[in-house]
Amino acid sequence: MRRLLVLAPPWLWLLLFVAAPALILALIALAEPAEGVPPFLPPIAWRGTWPEWQGSGTSLATLTEDDWYLAAFLSSLRVAGLSAALCLLLAYPMALGIARARPSRRLPLLLLVLLPFWTGFLPRIGAWIGLLRDGGWVNGLLLRLGLVEAPVPLLYTEGALLLGMVHAYLPFAVLPLVAALLRLDPAVEEAAADLGATPFTVFRTVTLPLSLPGAAAGFLLVFIPAAGEFVIPELLGPPEARLVGRVLWEEFFRNRDWPLAAALALALLAALLLPIRLFQRLESR
Amino acid sequence: MRRLLILAALLIAPLFALPARAQPVLNVYNWTDYIDPGVIERFQQETGIRIRYDVYDSLETLEGKLSAGRSGYDLVVPSSEPSFARLVRAGALRPLDRALIPNWRNLDPALMARVAAVDPGNRHGVIYLWGTVGLGFQPDRMRALAPDAPLDSLDLLLRPENAARLARCGLAVMDSVTDVLPSVLHWLGRSPDSTDAADLRAAEAALLAIRPHLRAIPGSGALVDMLATGEICLALTYSGDVIQAAARARQAGRGVELTYAAPRGGAHLWFDMLAIPADAPNPEAAHAFIDFLLRPEVMAAITSHVRYPNAVPASRPLVAEAVRQDPNVYPAEAALAGAYLPSTLPAAAERARSRLWARFKAGR
Repeated sequence: MRRLLVLAPPWLWLLLFVAAPALILALIALAEPAEGVPPFLPPIAWRGTWPEWQGSGTSLATLTEDDWYLAAFLSSLRVAGLSAALCLLLAYPMALGIARARPSRRLPLLLLVLLPFWTGFLPRIGAWIGLLRDGGWVNGLLLRLGLVEAPVPLLYTEGALLLGMVHAYLPFAVLPLVAALLRLDPAVEEAAADLGATPFTVFRTVTLPLSLPGAAAGFLLVFIPAAGEFVIPELLGPPEARLVGRVLWEEFFRNRDWPLAAALALALLAALLLPIRLFQRLESR
Repeated sequence: MRRLLILAALLIAPLFALPARAQPVLNVYNWTDYIDPGVIERFQQETGIRIRYDVYDSLETLEGKLSAGRSGYDLVVPSSEPSFARLVRAGALRPLDRALIPNWRNLDPALMARVAAVDPGNRHGVIYLWGTVGLGFQPDRMRALAPDAPLDSLDLLLRPENAARLARCGLAVMDSVTDVLPSVLHWLGRSPDSTDAADLRAAEAALLAIRPHLRAIPGSGALVDMLATGEICLALTYSGDVIQAAARARQAGRGVELTYAAPRGGAHLWFDMLAIPADAPNPEAAHAFIDFLLRPEVMAAITSHVRYPNAVPASRPLVAEAVRQDPNVYPAEAALAGAYLPSTLPAAAERARSRLWARFKAGR
């Protein structure tokens, strides 16, 4: 009974905020698009007391038949993977620095990592537009220093897109790494050093492997939101970056095809469950 | 104890006072930069109805909200094609009660008849402002860089040899497939409503041929800025955008002179409609506001401010001199005769067009 009480809140949470929305999404994905408010026919119609199925699998089938969507998925996964990898690369030295700092300094350092969140997400991304555009600060500086003759196209490039992603999601990679590194018993590293390992060997053979679960968590925490990201590619990315978030927006708003948009969202959800399963395997090992 | 009671009473009192003081509210959802703020002020003073004014800069945003239902807006301003037509068919708009809009008689019947094609009997909307899609440019730059190119034809932008010569001073096409593709198809001699694959391929090829010469494909708001600052010298966009940019450029006084030209041989015509969502919380106030907007002096103030023509002929003598005399604001009868109103396309055709547009923006 007690066990049930303890487990109830997380299950309720999952049911209300994960299972129920996914179910609604699935129902919309199985609906037929139609002109109306909302713009689809519900897949289940009530004829008197009996429910009648009038849905269709067309939208889900379209996703597999039309390689437009597969291409969007692949480029999203690529951009998300690159962003997460870059975040890890930057986050690792930061996390190591924080974990090895004097205990009294750790909290202020962690707060500094979180400080960008004090500013809203949109102004932070918007600021990059001002910095990167042709008449922006970066190009202004380059021109004044005489390094370039004409403004270098910086905004609306893949570089700008990755920059925005890393800037927005870096703290998500730092925090789990710090936690993992703090959990690490310093005695293990000392033992390795006592046995004659160089600092680099200690890091490579002891610190790094033991912090891998933290690194994997950090990678996922960046990868998952980055894969579905819409705002950053839209504001900073090149027009040819056709990521899932933008394709989804286009189906929903421009083509008003809610069932197809819902099918895309479901597919994204499914695609992201896979790395989470892999992570669980890694954790339990 | 008594003090505590008084304090509690004071704290609770506003909760009861609020409904009694509640002032009727009208939620308006309109395009950005699309009204004279003085008009809103005047309506509030005259009627005591408070206006909550909210703006959008793309039809997708407006339609997205209305399609979900319960948008909370009382008055929206969708463009006749494609949004207004689609919303009428979806049953998302409330039929207007003409008894509440006595100023309906001020509307130009010829213009209203054009919209009746998508809204039979003009049951769901009245024309707010209208315009054409055409070219905005700096005439002196055009003459200097491409002296032999015609200024009143899409040849100026869509012929690659012209685009190549003009690319130096900056070219742009607004980021809206529904507003650009019909003009390109019409220029190619095809139907603006074509869903034929060969026609769409031809239009895509025409757009891709000038793609390397385009400096930007901005939204309509950004495009006005780029024209006004002289960052671009030629753009395919809404008439009023160019006229607004021209006014801003004159104010800045940096020697940017802009003109608008509707394409000779027929321009893409559009109407922005005043309409009431089917589930509007306060349709009475919305009717009152529509009636107010159709007063000649109110419409004149709006046209003077935003530089788009309206559909109330009696307002014309009251419009500011400079705007009234501008042939770009009020096109000549002859120019209107050949103008066409694109029609709404089936969903599959829309998807084909938005993909064409995505490929065009990407440049491949």
